[in-house]
Amino acid sequence: MSGFPHRHLLGIEALEPSDIQTILDTAASLKEILDRPIKKVPTLRGKTIVNLFYEASTRTRSSFEVAERVLSADSLSIATATSSATKGETLLDTVQNLEAMKPDMIILRHQSSGSPHFLARHVRPAIVNAGDGAHEHPTQALLDALTLREKKGRLKGLRVAIVGDILHSRVARSNLWLLSKMGADVVLCGPPTLLPPGIDALASVTHRIDEAVEGADAIMMLRIQRERMSGGYFSSTREFHIRFGLTEARAKRAKKDVVILHPGPMNRGVEIASEVADGPYSVILDQVTNGVAVRMAVLYLLLGGASEAES
Amino acid sequence: MNILIKGGRVLDPSRNLDADLDVLIEDGRVSQVGEKLKARGGETLDAAGLVVCPGFIDLHTHLREPGREDKETIATGTRSAAAGGFTAVCAMPNTEPVNDSAGITRAILERAAAEGVVRVWPIGAITKGSKGQELAEFGDLREAGCVAVSDDGRPVASSRMMRRALEYAKAFDLTVIDHCEEPGLTEGFAMNEGPVATWLGLRGYPPVAETIVVERDIHLAEITGGKVHIAHLSTAGAVDAVRRGKARGVRVTAEATPHHLLLTDQLVRDTEYDTSTKMNPPLRGDADRQAVVAGLADGTIDCIATDHAPHSVDDKKVEYDQAANGIVGLETAVALCLDRLVRPGLLELRQLVAALSTHPARVLGLPGGTLKPGSPGDVTVLDLERRFKVNPERFESKGRNTPFGSWQLTGRAVATIVGGRVAFQAR
Repeated sequence: MSGFPHRHLLGIEALEPSDIQTILDTAASLKEILDRPIKKVPTLRGKTIVNLFYEASTRTRSSFEVAERVLSADSLSIATATSSATKGETLLDTVQNLEAMKPDMIILRHQSSGSPHFLARHVRPAIVNAGDGAHEHPTQALLDALTLREKKGRLKGLRVAIVGDILHSRVARSNLWLLSKMGADVVLCGPPTLLPPGIDALASVTHRIDEAVEGADAIMMLRIQRERMSGGYFSSTREFHIRFGLTEARAKRAKKDVVILHPGPMNRGVEIASEVADGPYSVILDQVTNGVAVRMAVLYLLLGGASEAES
Repeated sequence: MNILIKGGRVLDPSRNLDADLDVLIEDGRVSQVGEKLKARGGETLDAAGLVVCPGFIDLHTHLREPGREDKETIATGTRSAAAGGFTAVCAMPNTEPVNDSAGITRAILERAAAEGVVRVWPIGAITKGSKGQELAEFGDLREAGCVAVSDDGRPVASSRMMRRALEYAKAFDLTVIDHCEEPGLTEGFAMNEGPVATWLGLRGYPPVAETIVVERDIHLAEITGGKVHIAHLSTAGAVDAVRRGKARGVRVTAEATPHHLLLTDQLVRDTEYDTSTKMNPPLRGDADRQAVVAGLADGTIDCIATDHAPHSVDDKKVEYDQAANGIVGLETAVALCLDRLVRPGLLELRQLVAALSTHPARVLGLPGGTLKPGSPGDVTVLDLERRFKVNPERFESKGRNTPFGSWQLTGRAVATIVGGRVAFQAR
């Protein structure tokens, strides 16, 4: 057995630093499979995984699907538009029906914070949170950490700026948990309207991006949704870019070897200038590759060991 | 109905009475309170070692009938009240249809007379359909039996409408009960705004959204001379506003619920999004909670009310932000307050009894709340040492939605007497 002490992956908050270490180490060793001519190992043969996505997602869903295929799991993806959710079925009824088909794991993306915790209380399969509301997106934080570790050789002591819409961001929360647990120094930056109350308890907060990126080892830019303008969160994408966007000039205030991350999808010219997104410090595409590796590690650790021992 | 309650400690805050006495109820009314009384026919209840109080009145109950009998009925709701020690409940008007006209009020009272085991005092709507547009017919509602008006659950957003309600209600000596919430600040909320909501990624209801409406209502009561009662007060700012309003003579009263007195928003995190922690107003932070306890102890808050809000399992067994607001409270309120407020010394027993009987009666001008001879024969008998475990599966209420399941409590109501008749007796 892998010795991973959790049945589900609901969030980073519940993980110990040693758990995070285990996932990252496992991902680093599994990543090599992706460079093989035949990208397939039998590790999860006979295991069934359901990808249940109630929100649109390209990156996360395809990343899980690739990870499942590489590990030889049988998987099935359900998107809300094609599911019975549109006929008014409750989340629990949908999942209990899926459960009756005996899957080993359900990967859930849902707009309600806490929905994976709710399912974990009521159904048997392992639950992996692929993003719940504004709460957590643990595999995103793990892939960001893997990328940082590859580029910087460590997490401890890194200065990481997270910039943009912190209020609505599950990516920011998961990263904040993970980076704090691993000893990195996090600074959050955004307009006060997009910083949730009480967030300053676990990280330093600034409203000036120049201050946030000063001397940073890494800058993580978050997506700004245009819909937020109507909620009064900011005035225009033009002003946002000028005041809070990552431009080339600003990126130069960071350390020389700074790396720039973005969970995607990007709004070029809003939170991030194209020169930066496509520039030499951008690790945005490494993040995508590492996403597959991290998800392979999570599937393996939650489902793996036993089946290998059996076969 | 006649009954002699013998040998108990009689605690009647309305008369500053705390002594070992007998209480005799004849023809449904208190006839004597004194030493060594003799029964003249009827039952005798041995109250040795127990505390005999004026019957408890809940100012804030959702009976759900008419319209949502799947959640609760007048029969089950009043049985639940009796089991928790309440001899009367004030029924909030947000039924389907809303209790905004005399016909509905009369229908509720007829059903209560036929099936209720405790008294039911209907509360009428402030506006027709509780839609906030036009005033309901307060005169008709009063005449049909309503004891107050409220748009509970649908806060009166318009300051103009609130002002008119306070003015118009004076003609019929009605108190306006307001659920204080500024909807512009609470849209889509799932819990209290603060660090816990931030971590859980849930939309927050900032405490000031309650406080500013409480301030508004107090100012409006002041200029109109109307009577306003603040429902389920839950913030430090609201306590402060009521305290200042009372100090300058505004006709304002307030209630707090046991859950806001005892629990905080941290419970949402500790229970990993258990929907039995979801209600409106939401559980607040500890500074607010402590301010509410202090406000109750110093008399700023007049009453403890349950906001008993039964829901079906289907309404609660969903994602947190989709779940219905509210918890049941009638069968836990008294025991929780005895165990968690009186036992640790945060509140004197006399204060608790007043907040559950004398004060609610005074706030709405209801009969009861006293054991003065001639008063209704409504009595709640407490056993301060009785231990019990909260078991929602055995509630009389149809609702099982409580965050207090499995709590081990000491002290509870062991007999509930309504008009001289035993409505509930603990085994």
